[in-house]
Amino acid sequence: MKSLAELEEIRKKALDKINIRKENNGVRIVVGMATCGIAAGARPVMNTIVEELKKRNINDVTVTMTGCIGVCRLEPIVEVLDPDGSRVTYVNMTPEKAQHIVSEHIVNGRICLDYTIGEVEKKEKSKA
Amino acid sequence: MRDLSLHLLDILQNSISAKADNVSIELAVDTSTDKLALKIADNGIGMNEKLLKSVTDPFTTTRTSRKVGLGISLLKASAERAGGELMIQSSEGNGTTISANFSISNIDRLPLGDLTETICSIIAAYMEIEIDLTLINGSKTFQFSTIEIKKQISGIPINHYDVLEWIREFINEGITTIFGGVLNEIVSGT
Repeated sequence: MKSLAELEEIRKKALDKINIRKENNGVRIVVGMATCGIAAGARPVMNTIVEELKKRNINDVTVTMTGCIGVCRLEPIVEVLDPDGSRVTYVNMTPEKAQHIVSEHIVNGRICLDYTIGEVEKKEKSKA
Repeated sequence: MRDLSLHLLDILQNSISAKADNVSIELAVDTSTDKLALKIADNGIGMNEKLLKSVTDPFTTTRTSRKVGLGISLLKASAERAGGELMIQSSEGNGTTISANFSISNIDRLPLGDLTETICSIIAAYMEIEIDLTLINGSKTFQFSTIEIKKQISGIPINHYDVLEWIREFINEGITTIFGGVLNEIVSGT
């Protein structure tokens, strides 16, 4: 059985690490988690992002949720907001794409162009 | 929605939009009466009578950007499809309580799905919201409270990876312990 005492261990270890942690660089990842997002599979996308950040021990990125972003047909939608105010909107997300975004965009700073709303809409239009 | 945990996540977003900072969730299984009851009570701003009357209508929403709001009406449909019903109590300033009942053996009753992931994703995204989860099966109960956890980990945010991992295992263990005998039927619907 899990016991609350284990939390004390986790706390001690975490406190040691927090002291050496660098300033929060302020990147925010926002997942659309309204009815449309949830029904399209936003929950596993968000949990994959949290898992991937954890695997890489990235502590300075905030993951949060928001309501309906307004383009329900392109859900799940993930926005990456840089501290300088720039924003990248990724659409039609899957857990696999989310892994890619963490390793490419968050870690290496390279935007995953193929998943962005602009590219996806361009492709949709050329098909139509 | 594919399962009850996704419905729950959706309803919890309503609580958050209603500025709730404390939500209690109760999931009770009673095999003797074949009932599964999900209750979500928040301390948000609540609804006035007019909104309360129309809130299960899909063409009611507090959103100003468009005229449809499906969260509550979808849950109502899921409950009624499975021999159950949806009830809402709310008044301005006193929060909102939503209860959905389901007949466990009904073929259309949605499976519970991954309750732990729903709770953990809310905690990860909104660390300031207090969540209280109670699981009941006959005489067995399980309790989880973010207030309790925060007391134990003062100085560490509750969405710290290791704390989240502990919470995940703790709730999973609770689900297995409480719903042991009916676990497959409740969680995966088989």
